[in-house]
Amino acid sequence: MSRVAQFLFRRKGGKGWHWTDIVTWIWLIGGLFIMFGPAIWLVGSSFKTPAALAEFPPTILPYVTQKVTVEGIDKPLDLYEVTLEGGKTVRLAELRRIGVVSQMIDPSNPGEIIKVNIAQRKPVREMTFASENYAEPFTHFDFVRYLWNSVFVTVVATLITLIVNSMAAFALSKYEFRGRTVAMLLILATLMVPLSVIMVPLYSIVSALGLFNSLWGVILPTVATPTGVFILRQYMLTIPDELIDAARMDKASEWQIYWRIILPLTAPALAVLAIFSVVWRWNDFLWPLIVLSRKELYTLQVGLSIYSGELNVQWHFILAMTVVTMIPVVLVFIFLQRFITTGIAGTGLK
Amino acid sequence: MTTDPREQSGFSFGEAIAKPVRFVMDLIDPPLRFLQRTTGIGGMATFFLLPNMLIFGIFVLLPFFINFAYSMTGGTALFLPDRTFVGTDQYARLFDCSNYLDANSCAEDTFWTAVGNTAWFVLLQVTLMIVVSLVTALILNRDLRARSFWRAVFFFPVLLSPVVVGLIWKWILQRQGLLNFGLYSLGFEPHVWLNDRSWSFAAAVGVSIWAHMGFYTLILLAGLQAIPRDLYEAAEMDGTKPTRVFLRITLPLLAPNLLVVIVLVLIRAVQIFDEVYVLTGGGPGTSTLFLTQYIYETGFAAQLRNPGLAAAASILMGAVLVVLTLLQLSLSRSGEKKGGRK
Amino acid sequence: MGHIKLTNVAKSFGSVDVIHDISLEIADGEFVVFVGPSGCGKSTLLRMIAGLDRPSRGELTIDGKVVNNIPAADRGLAMVFQSYALYPHMSVRQNLAFGLENTKMAKTEIAERIAEAARMLEIEPYLERRPGQLSGGQRQRVAIGRAIVRRPVAFLLDEPLSNLDAELRGSTRAELAALHARLSATMIYVTHDQVEAMTLADRIVVLRAGRIEQVGTPLELYNSPANRFVAGFIGSPHMNFLEGTIESSGSDKAVVTLAGGHRVEVPIEGNGTAKGARVTLGVRPQHISIGDTKGIPAQIKLVEALGSETVLHADVSGQKVLLVAPGQHDLMVGEGIHLSLSAAPVHLFNENGLRLGHMV
Repeated sequence: MSRVAQFLFRRKGGKGWHWTDIVTWIWLIGGLFIMFGPAIWLVGSSFKTPAALAEFPPTILPYVTQKVTVEGIDKPLDLYEVTLEGGKTVRLAELRRIGVVSQMIDPSNPGEIIKVNIAQRKPVREMTFASENYAEPFTHFDFVRYLWNSVFVTVVATLITLIVNSMAAFALSKYEFRGRTVAMLLILATLMVPLSVIMVPLYSIVSALGLFNSLWGVILPTVATPTGVFILRQYMLTIPDELIDAARMDKASEWQIYWRIILPLTAPALAVLAIFSVVWRWNDFLWPLIVLSRKELYTLQVGLSIYSGELNVQWHFILAMTVVTMIPVVLVFIFLQRFITTGIAGTGLK
Repeated sequence: MTTDPREQSGFSFGEAIAKPVRFVMDLIDPPLRFLQRTTGIGGMATFFLLPNMLIFGIFVLLPFFINFAYSMTGGTALFLPDRTFVGTDQYARLFDCSNYLDANSCAEDTFWTAVGNTAWFVLLQVTLMIVVSLVTALILNRDLRARSFWRAVFFFPVLLSPVVVGLIWKWILQRQGLLNFGLYSLGFEPHVWLNDRSWSFAAAVGVSIWAHMGFYTLILLAGLQAIPRDLYEAAEMDGTKPTRVFLRITLPLLAPNLLVVIVLVLIRAVQIFDEVYVLTGGGPGTSTLFLTQYIYETGFAAQLRNPGLAAAASILMGAVLVVLTLLQLSLSRSGEKKGGRK
Repeated sequence: MGHIKLTNVAKSFGSVDVIHDISLEIADGEFVVFVGPSGCGKSTLLRMIAGLDRPSRGELTIDGKVVNNIPAADRGLAMVFQSYALYPHMSVRQNLAFGLENTKMAKTEIAERIAEAARMLEIEPYLERRPGQLSGGQRQRVAIGRAIVRRPVAFLLDEPLSNLDAELRGSTRAELAALHARLSATMIYVTHDQVEAMTLADRIVVLRAGRIEQVGTPLELYNSPANRFVAGFIGSPHMNFLEGTIESSGSDKAVVTLAGGHRVEVPIEGNGTAKGARVTLGVRPQHISIGDTKGIPAQIKLVEALGSETVLHADVSGQKVLLVAPGQHDLMVGEGIHLSLSAAPVHLFNENGLRLGHMV
């Protein structure tokens, strides 16, 4: 126990390799594989043709059996490397297979059929990136629509979130008025009513407002987030009141104080909220699933889940669309990860 | 020279998008000045608060209250006025069991299956989540090179959408997936994991931990780093044993963070839905059917949907969440008082 | 124009009264300093004049116009804040321009005013910098500049020097005095530092616990403090107070017995001090000298030799007395001396702290 403790809580490294260092590195390297591995596997798979996807055991890279077209035969044939009886290897195309015997022809000499035991042949593999996995959803499916719906929801919801929440945070941090505590408590109480608790009545309200099957029905219920009000208010409390007094003496209206003094000074917190809001809205699933029932209104998340739940799952498209869905979030991760992690560590929000 | 980020921050606002924004804002200003003149500064406070309160009132507060009304009505009609009042019938139906330990003996057996599944899920997931993220946080708090890189590694899945998470793992756990490939190369039999009741439940637990552990690791790590280094140095000077250092310094000082994290994990675990729904669809059978999915399906997706029953179930779940949230708030407040959390 | 008048102005936060019925008249061009310990209500009073706080009762007029209900922006005043309150995201130029732009002033006029103020305050080289890139003294100038460009009817200054180091405070004080002379605008200045009050003010208003203790020119306050509080507050080091009783009192003098039994003759004007009444005798450290054995016996507790003068901490029958003696003295701690008050202005305060008559 104490050695485990020593490993976990020793703070300085130093003299040589302790076994605890080894465990640390196993944990870290293992973490690296477990955390990134699945996503990378998915990305790799998304470039495979349906045939390659159906293979077992699968290959790491998107290899496919090379095809040749042989004169006189309509469809392209698989190309194999065949070890002949004399030990010589030649490349032959497989015409058909009967039991353990494969009927093959030489592409350069299509007239003659050679019978080969299947143990004697090995497919000729080449790496192919099945870019049609990506191209086709963009042209033949509603995928572009979903993409656009997701972008619309994300951008509009984030903008409204920023404006509405920063105004509320301004009122709650810089004004004394009756009912301020009540307003704060109400907003705080929202933390206790997550979507899963109120989805039935919320659905009826959204329908009553005519927002069922409308992207606005997805956007509006999400924009008054209590967390948003809280981080902004917290930040605004650190802005000295004297600045506002100074602006009032400078003949600024309250609206000008809000957008010319408070907003620019809250920029760091607004940026954090904006990033969070983008990730939240991009990833939203349950609520869009409830509100949107018409195919052309689906967001990416809903579209993906519906497609993947179909009886005959077209994995090659699903994988490619999943990768596209991941891209914005991965970009956020790569460029803004440090920003987000300090944001979370500072405020404990997600 | 000061390094206050605010000194530089006005930049993006001031320069980049200034002109159009400024134009719009100046356009809004005169009517608002008029408003300010007539209502005074107090009136402006209301003006700033109003949009948020309106949205919040319509989409959070109102549903919250009429949820109770829904739970007291029956039928399949959507709008409250069209529904018939049934009193506490929906609750009675939920609790109609001859043996509470056996879901099959209940009238609404899927509800109790979901409750049971959720309870098991919460128990397993919360325990494992805390252990895994605490160990990871302790490891990341060691004297590491490139700590922020490693922190990022564990944080990566947190940003992924639940649907993507579900699909990634569905792809790995499927018949020709990576896991079976790995087992096959080691000489084991492939297995259809998601068709197996216990394995798909384990997958639900594992995947949800995979997806969220980075978040809690981050909070715990922040807590660990807030512990002053000189405490450890003082303990070292006193020749304190590492176990004792952990039990007497690290754990007590981390306690506020740890408690908050436990409650947060609990709150999330009770509501588990998205990634599991995509991964298993609640199956096979009802083996991974959790409460939120029960509410969703009863209220919206089932053949014979019953919004009243769904509302009643959601109120029961809400009651649990309210207790947990109050706990979290009081914990984080007392944590703040002790200066444990920034 | 900057004639400001307060009539029975009072302010309460909830049930707590922070300002009690204050009446005061400030003439155009006057430099008035509100001074008092922290929490005396001086800043609240200034903020009420500014329009940032509203008086609970009473009337406030500027140039004869009641301004109680006029918002801060429309009172034509400018304020310099303790923290300077410069907009951190704007350059110095934008800081100066902000208030003028809000009045829809022509761009050329704004530029002219900024140039003029920048020249006057020697901040021209920093106009494009942000406040964060300036030193404390430079920020202070910008804060003053922001007030100047507005050409207000009166300047309100809320402890503007308190964030500067001692040396800078001295020089800026002198510049402020020069600025007032040059602009000849009304200035109301709030400070807790009586030295600033003494050096800058035309008139000082001493406040305590939301009430005016005394209003007067610096020397009036120094020479004839109305009460024990003002006497103790004005002057540095603080006035010494010795407890005693009236032995006898005539038409022009009174004899006081100090706690140690020593008798002191104090010249006073007017009568009305009963024999045996308890009084406090106040004398400034600078006005006590070391005298012959007829003086008050005292024991030295501490000697602070400053070169040009020597500060002596002495004990007079259990009461502490401070005296500042010019020049250098070869005195030891524990040594017995005698204090002479003969040529000194001495004040007598009754049990309520009010001063009795006038000295000399």
